[in-house]
Amino acid sequence: MTWETVIGLETHVQLSTKTKLFSRASTTFGKSPNTNVNLIDCGLPGVLPSVNKEAFYKAIRFGMAVGSKINQTSIFDRKNYFYADLPKGYQITQMDLPIVLGGKIDIQTDSGIKTINITRAHLEEDAGKSIHDEFDGFSAIDLNRAGTPLLEIVSEPEISNAKEAVSYMKAMHQLVTFLDVSDGNMSQGSLRCDANVSIRKKGDSKLGTRTEIKNINSFKFIEKAINFEIKRQVQVLESGGNVIQETRLYDSYKDETRPMRSKEFANDYRYFPEPDLLPVVISDSEMQEIKDHFPELPKEKKARYQKEYGLAIYDAQIIASSKSMADFFDAAVQKTKNYILLSNWLIGEISAFLNKETIEINESKLSAENVAVLINRIDDQTISGKIAKSIFEEMCSSGESPDQIIETKGLKQITDDDSIEKVVDEVIANNPDQVEGYQSGKDKLLGFFVGQVMKETQGKANPQTVNKILKEKLTK
Amino acid sequence: MSIQYKTISQLREMIDAKSISSQELVKETLKLAESLKELNCFVTMNKDEGIKKAIEVDGTNTSNSLLKGIPLAQKDLFCTEGLRTTCSSKILADFVPPYTATAVEKLENAGSITIGKTNMDEFAMGSSNETSFFGNVHNPWKKGYVPGGSSGGSAAAVAAGIIPAATGTDTGGSIRQPAAHCGITGIKPTYGRVSRWGMIAFASSLDQAGPLARSAEDCAILLNEMSGYDPKDTTCLNVENTNLLQSINQPIKGLKIGIVKEFNLGDLKAEVQIRFEESKKIYESLGAEFVEISLPSISASVPTYYSIAPAECSSNLSRFDGVRFGYRAKDTDDLNDLYIKSRSEGFGDEVKRRILIGTYALSAGYYDAYYKKAQQVRRLIKNDFEVAFRSIDLIMTPTSPGTAFAFGSKGVQNPVELYLEDLFTISSNLAGLPAISIPHGKVNGLPVGLQLIGNFLKEDLLLNAAHIFQQNSEFHLERPSMEEF
Repeated sequence: MTWETVIGLETHVQLSTKTKLFSRASTTFGKSPNTNVNLIDCGLPGVLPSVNKEAFYKAIRFGMAVGSKINQTSIFDRKNYFYADLPKGYQITQMDLPIVLGGKIDIQTDSGIKTINITRAHLEEDAGKSIHDEFDGFSAIDLNRAGTPLLEIVSEPEISNAKEAVSYMKAMHQLVTFLDVSDGNMSQGSLRCDANVSIRKKGDSKLGTRTEIKNINSFKFIEKAINFEIKRQVQVLESGGNVIQETRLYDSYKDETRPMRSKEFANDYRYFPEPDLLPVVISDSEMQEIKDHFPELPKEKKARYQKEYGLAIYDAQIIASSKSMADFFDAAVQKTKNYILLSNWLIGEISAFLNKETIEINESKLSAENVAVLINRIDDQTISGKIAKSIFEEMCSSGESPDQIIETKGLKQITDDDSIEKVVDEVIANNPDQVEGYQSGKDKLLGFFVGQVMKETQGKANPQTVNKILKEKLTK
Repeated sequence: MSIQYKTISQLREMIDAKSISSQELVKETLKLAESLKELNCFVTMNKDEGIKKAIEVDGTNTSNSLLKGIPLAQKDLFCTEGLRTTCSSKILADFVPPYTATAVEKLENAGSITIGKTNMDEFAMGSSNETSFFGNVHNPWKKGYVPGGSSGGSAAAVAAGIIPAATGTDTGGSIRQPAAHCGITGIKPTYGRVSRWGMIAFASSLDQAGPLARSAEDCAILLNEMSGYDPKDTTCLNVENTNLLQSINQPIKGLKIGIVKEFNLGDLKAEVQIRFEESKKIYESLGAEFVEISLPSISASVPTYYSIAPAECSSNLSRFDGVRFGYRAKDTDDLNDLYIKSRSEGFGDEVKRRILIGTYALSAGYYDAYYKKAQQVRRLIKNDFEVAFRSIDLIMTPTSPGTAFAFGSKGVQNPVELYLEDLFTISSNLAGLPAISIPHGKVNGLPVGLQLIGNFLKEDLLLNAAHIFQQNSEFHLERPSMEEF
């Protein structure tokens, strides 16, 4: 039997606002427990929420980028349920009138571009965190995250396999980072998703029963969790069983999904409009303001890189596809004129290093200014490309500036003909056999002489000059 | 010199003439409260801090606020930093807030002294103050009788002359009905006039803070200070504050007062009707004109209120879960057990009843029939008022269908009996309109109240009409004998 998979994703994007959605407490990640918490976040009796409009502006930016309808009047609702890390006993979210309705996202698939429709995106507050394994006999609660703004983006069930789901999440990551909507840091939970997965016989028009895999926070896990779940559902159906509609968790250690305890999701959330907040109205001038300051998206960046800096289409595409790389390029390009060399380095040496370390460029010790200086030193022949590579390694590990490294290590390239000629003369004098060999037609021996000169100069001699002088002297 | 029954202006004169200091006044007030302990008006006294603040106030002569050095009491659902705030519930019996409610802060910034926190129905749910975890409050006019509710402690403390004024809150009549039963004046302002920050919520879309005092003038003095925009409460109105004392003496000749056809006043006790007719005559003698008006949807206000208010309360009270603050049950098996036991043991019956009603009204499958329908009817009621106020200035009704009643005599078998106490008061909460209750005589030795409802933000006119009435009658000057206490 051939089965067909139907997937819809609910993406939770943590918005990169300075303060929380309904309070002025900071959203900085990694602070000691319960320090980014004020009266509102811990739900004390008598406190009231006030809306952080910055979260709305970010949500609207997302909506505009994917061609959504923006509800300039939107309302908050309460989603009621009890949990120890939910301080008020309800989550403030948007139900009937979300800020963003509709929209489209293009994703890369094996057979080309595919468009996935967005159903809606709404703002809501995050809950705190329960810690069950740090205190013997007790559970602890950290409310630092409570009240952090989230944009929940719901896709139509139009994704057909795990690979497409990963593609969708990558497109989402690119979008929210370029829009400065979120830092997109998946390991810190800034971008995570719930996957609704069902299968049906190929050709059936009716959807199969779906399960929801909660809280997946890496591209790798999305692929694995969905593939596991598809296989599981196929097995259930092929052995004559029925898929149960339920919420499941993906366990990355065991690489499997398993049902969450029924208690945790058998809730009637009793949604109703939040009476503590008036409808939030975004004025036309606020909308215009957002449009006027719209961040540059990858497509536009790519075109600009080609046009302004003469980058090749492929190079422009690569640099423009990652927010941190594009930001780095945009900054470095202010400090150097050799754009092509800069782009070659970013795509070559620098990307190789980042891939090896599996970090983003903004997490490395490299600064745009230092890389630009390195390019300039190659460009003005202070150093050779080869020396540049060793300087780069030093920059990666110490974060020092190239000029500093050149200075302390004495790596400045020897470019004047006289100095090089002197070394060349010595090398020729010391290797009469090879000179004879070369002169009798063994052209390949030129490499030997270059090597010798470089050895004598600790690699600092300008290779072009060395070549030129050697050829002159040897053919005499 | 006795300070009992003094109004704010009388106390102001005494302090300004240096015949008493604020410190002496606060000490006398605390003494008086102690001697009338049996009334059970107070849940917590603010003795040491109150005296300390009075000494401070005595030492400054910068402020010329009318409230400087005047002792007041706060309903025990206003959070007060460092001073226990219980909502008269076991679940908050030991709760000491780390911050102060905006309304209280404004009063204290004006130089008034909080001398204690007043008893109330648990979480403001009740009309007789009998749901308090801290026991019944006696009506100063008759021992063993309720003071009304939910601001029963505030009303009784003012009626007994312990303090000139106190704060209250009104979700469906909780300022006006106890004011009526205790023979004092109380005003519920327009929804959004006073910040709700720090006011422990019962029903967010209906709750509004206001003062209880022995005259409309004293209410105006308090409300002047309590009102005003507060960015911490987004439902708080950003409107200019008018000085309510400025227009309080204006003649009311030509004032058009509406009498609501649908309220069927003929069904009320004869004596209540007589009082109402007498008051009409007073207003007529002052040049006011009466017109019959129709509020077609008004009969639905009690069921509408008892769908919306419990729904909001069921959600608002979810935070009392024993996890972060408040009562936590001992010997619990797991998180669920902790919730169940803490809330079962911490809340009283009426609170539980309303949480259940509200949870039901919001449940999947019932939401449309109850909560949503109620919101639609609420809009109709609002519209009714809007239409009516096109041709009239004020609406006049009795505050309550009857007088105060004996402990345990109402609502024990059938809670709805007690819910009907709010028949005349509830609609102004649903519509968000300001309304005042003023004393207008007694029925069987117990005070009854007259309610005036004003248009949106018309507190000035309400207080003006109430003040002129009080200038031309003596009902508000009557005092209970207090022989039984």
